[in-house]
Amino acid sequence: MTKATAEEIAGRELETAAQEFASVVASHRPQIFRFLLSSTRDVDLAETLTQECFLKAHRNWGSFRGDSSAMTWLMRIAINLQKDYWRNRRMQFWRHTQTNSVDMDEASEWLPSGERSAEQQLLAREQVGRVWESVKGLSERQRTVFLLRYVEEQELSEIARATGLSEGTVKAHLSRAVAKVRAELGGKR
Amino acid sequence: MSFNEEFAGERDGLKAGAELRKDEVLRPIDGDLSLVGTEFAQALENFRLSIHAWSEAEYSRPRTAVKTVRQRSWRLAAGWALGCVLVAGSVSGGIYERHHRQELARIAAAQQAEQQRVAREQRAREEEDLLAKVDSEVSREVPSAMEPLAQLMAEDETK
Repeated sequence: MTKATAEEIAGRELETAAQEFASVVASHRPQIFRFLLSSTRDVDLAETLTQECFLKAHRNWGSFRGDSSAMTWLMRIAINLQKDYWRNRRMQFWRHTQTNSVDMDEASEWLPSGERSAEQQLLAREQVGRVWESVKGLSERQRTVFLLRYVEEQELSEIARATGLSEGTVKAHLSRAVAKVRAELGGKR
Repeated sequence: MSFNEEFAGERDGLKAGAELRKDEVLRPIDGDLSLVGTEFAQALENFRLSIHAWSEAEYSRPRTAVKTVRQRSWRLAAGWALGCVLVAGSVSGGIYERHHRQELARIAAAQQAEQQRVAREQRAREEEDLLAKVDSEVSREVPSAMEPLAQLMAEDETK
């Protein structure tokens, strides 16, 4: 009787955890995908890394203590995955032929049309293309911090937790990244 | 005009008809304050909107079945493997054939050299026999009783 009750409790706990995880996936998957897409500019790779991120999260869901938000925890996994990916890719001699990243022009094509005039849209597209170009020239860490701040709109403290850096370091990377992007945009104007 | 108002106005223009959530408004941090109202801030906002639009479009795009991709990659891999095996087979066959021919030529040359050596030895033996035969025949032309006389004749000739 006692054993059956313990089993029932364990079963219920598992079910609750599964439901919790399902709701985490549903609410955070688009954001993780977006971050990985902006980091890699490769749709297939972003999908694969998103899958891997949630697979890893599922395996370690039991050890998630809730010290940070689920989003920060997932983002940290995603950042590590893309770091591993770039590290492995550097080791591949055929990396130049394997890349599926879209070019800057294609990436900057995406812009909500809204009620802008054709000229305004063209200008906006040019701006986006130039930002893409300058983001490409950033170091891996600067790019991550820049994207988390200006695309994912995360606070410095969240970025610090997700990247495992101190807030001061995040601020320094961010300011260098902004300076570089600003200089690039200013120089080409 | 505040930072948020600046961006909210921009976003309204871009996302006509789309609902604007409060949390979509970018909150400035210390370093961002210098960006307020600049063309650079506008560029960053356009960049953000562009990535959001791209991501949303790709996220909701219907996916192709993984099985097809796998099958294709399996076939491709099998094709490559078969091609590699054929190339490796023909190359190693060619090398083996060449080596085999060289070996046969070497054996034939060795056999020919051996035959020539045997023939030379045979010829030398025959010549020796012939010389021995001639020697014995010549020695029988002068009888042993006449030998002192033959010696004398030989001495006269030398003088």
